[in-house]
Amino acid sequence: MVLNRERADAIRATAHQVREDVVRMVHAAKCGHPGGPLGMADFMATLFIEHMQLTPENLHTPERDRFVLGNGHTCAGYYALLAAQGIIPREELMNFRKMGSPLQGHPHRNATLGIDFSTGSLGNSLSGASGMALGARLNGWDTRVYSASSDGESQEGQIWEAATSAAHYGLSNLTVIVDFNNIQIDGEMRQVMNVRDLREKYEAFGWHAVDVDGHDVVAVDAALCAAKDETERPSAIIAHTHLGKGVSFMEDQPGWHGVAPNDEELEQALAELEALQP
Amino acid sequence: MPLAAPSTAPLHVGEPSKIATRQAYGEALLELGNTQDDVVVLDADLSGSTKTKAFGKAHPDRFFNLGVAEANMIGTAAGLACMGKVVFASSFAMFATGKAWEQIRQSVCVPDLNVKVCATHAGLTVGEDGKSHQMLEDITLMRVLPNMKVIVPADAVEAAQAIRVAYETPGPVYVRLSRASTPVVMGEDYKFELGKGAILRQGTDVCIAACGVEVAEALIAADLLAAEGIQAQVLNLASIDPLDEALVAQAAETCGAILTAEEHQTRGGLGDAVGQAVLRHKPVPVDMAGMDGQFGQSGTAEQLIAHYGLDGASLAKRAKALISRKA
Repeated sequence: MVLNRERADAIRATAHQVREDVVRMVHAAKCGHPGGPLGMADFMATLFIEHMQLTPENLHTPERDRFVLGNGHTCAGYYALLAAQGIIPREELMNFRKMGSPLQGHPHRNATLGIDFSTGSLGNSLSGASGMALGARLNGWDTRVYSASSDGESQEGQIWEAATSAAHYGLSNLTVIVDFNNIQIDGEMRQVMNVRDLREKYEAFGWHAVDVDGHDVVAVDAALCAAKDETERPSAIIAHTHLGKGVSFMEDQPGWHGVAPNDEELEQALAELEALQP
Repeated sequence: MPLAAPSTAPLHVGEPSKIATRQAYGEALLELGNTQDDVVVLDADLSGSTKTKAFGKAHPDRFFNLGVAEANMIGTAAGLACMGKVVFASSFAMFATGKAWEQIRQSVCVPDLNVKVCATHAGLTVGEDGKSHQMLEDITLMRVLPNMKVIVPADAVEAAQAIRVAYETPGPVYVRLSRASTPVVMGEDYKFELGKGAILRQGTDVCIAACGVEVAEALIAADLLAAEGIQAQVLNLASIDPLDEALVAQAAETCGAILTAEEHQTRGGLGDAVGQAVLRHKPVPVDMAGMDGQFGQSGTAEQLIAHYGLDGASLAKRAKALISRKA
């Protein structure tokens, strides 16, 4: 079923909130990674609001869905979404990356805050997510396990070890969304180390795989729904995005992978986001 | 004044039978799986050698072969642990701790997950496979990790108990196991405890603290020394992390000198662990038998142990030299 207008608008509104939170959080931390989470906000909001539906009420239900953030450096957006879901207290967001805060610079597993897996070292995510999917199946649960990854993380060999075993064990309860923005720290992914067509690669590994516009919440929702219909294969959604989406001076700029905006840049970013408010 | 010595651990009586610790692991794991539904076992295409195959046959629904991909095996173990499983992951020590060290650190130790890395074919006694397979750095790599517990069983009796203890102990545990059949030295009524060492022989002239296959060699050394009128205390320090620092301090007090023995690099290994404890609590002369910054080579287990000075006779000689350094 196609996402109705009301639901799509709710997702867009949350994505907008996440973008504002991200630039504020990274600005307050004086360091961090704003570009990635701005680019991922639309598909992440679609996943969290329409599909995972993680709430303070179901947080400790063993059978609930799980999430692993493979590109852990983009966690400002993840934390902002968990705050939007009422799990992380909003006031904690401004303590991101600060001494004593559970909102570490890269995600650290935390049952109370709904952070299901420790990440930060690229490549480890899909193995962990596969283990969770296998564990859910062993337990006889309907749990779905979602993992976000990226074109950069796909350069790690372990991703392909996990892609092999997830298909071998038919983990149809596993879905990975790959943030494909052609940007990594040292420049354009295709220049640094071209991972080529990830849909074709995942298909060759035995997965159900699709390309989507990662900013089109209706298309992302449809891809997530299709993944649920799979009964024998894990699913990969290659989400084509723009790093820094919504802030003109950050868009598609590798320099905004891991730099905090200064006061002036924050003002400009918030003004631009305000103008885009859905 | 010497502290009161605790009672000596029960020793195996009579001619020792020889069983590989990996064999004991396979049997203990099968037994554990028969009673504990939450045990899941992973292997990386070596289940015949690591002896996890028996578990796989009895519990095919809870056994997963990940193929030749150790990093993914450890990550998968971490994910399973997140879903409430107690995961035993096995491969050769070289690959389990060498190839997958980063995954053990990031995905298992950082979040303190219930993953038990039980690695076989550790140390020189792998033998003919040579230096690529003789893992001599795994104790170092594992004991340096926060949250990781490190156990090096001396024999089949202790290995079987260590598996049960690993299951009962929350969080990551590393168990180092051997390929070669080695003497059973611990008595059947011996009880392994995490963080506790065992006195296998009382003595006051020198202490030989060993782990793994070197415990049997230490006992041979003590016999040779006794024939010369030297009374050597022998410790089995299977629990390397946490280490029984009180026992080490007591040995330093009682004997005035400690020789460590391991089929592993002394740098970061048992020698290092004991050395740190001695420095902290009771500085006395320490010598460390083991690999001193070199790789091994092909040969039989017995030849290699003798060549690198880790047989009973070599340990006895080294212990005598150490005694001459006592204050």
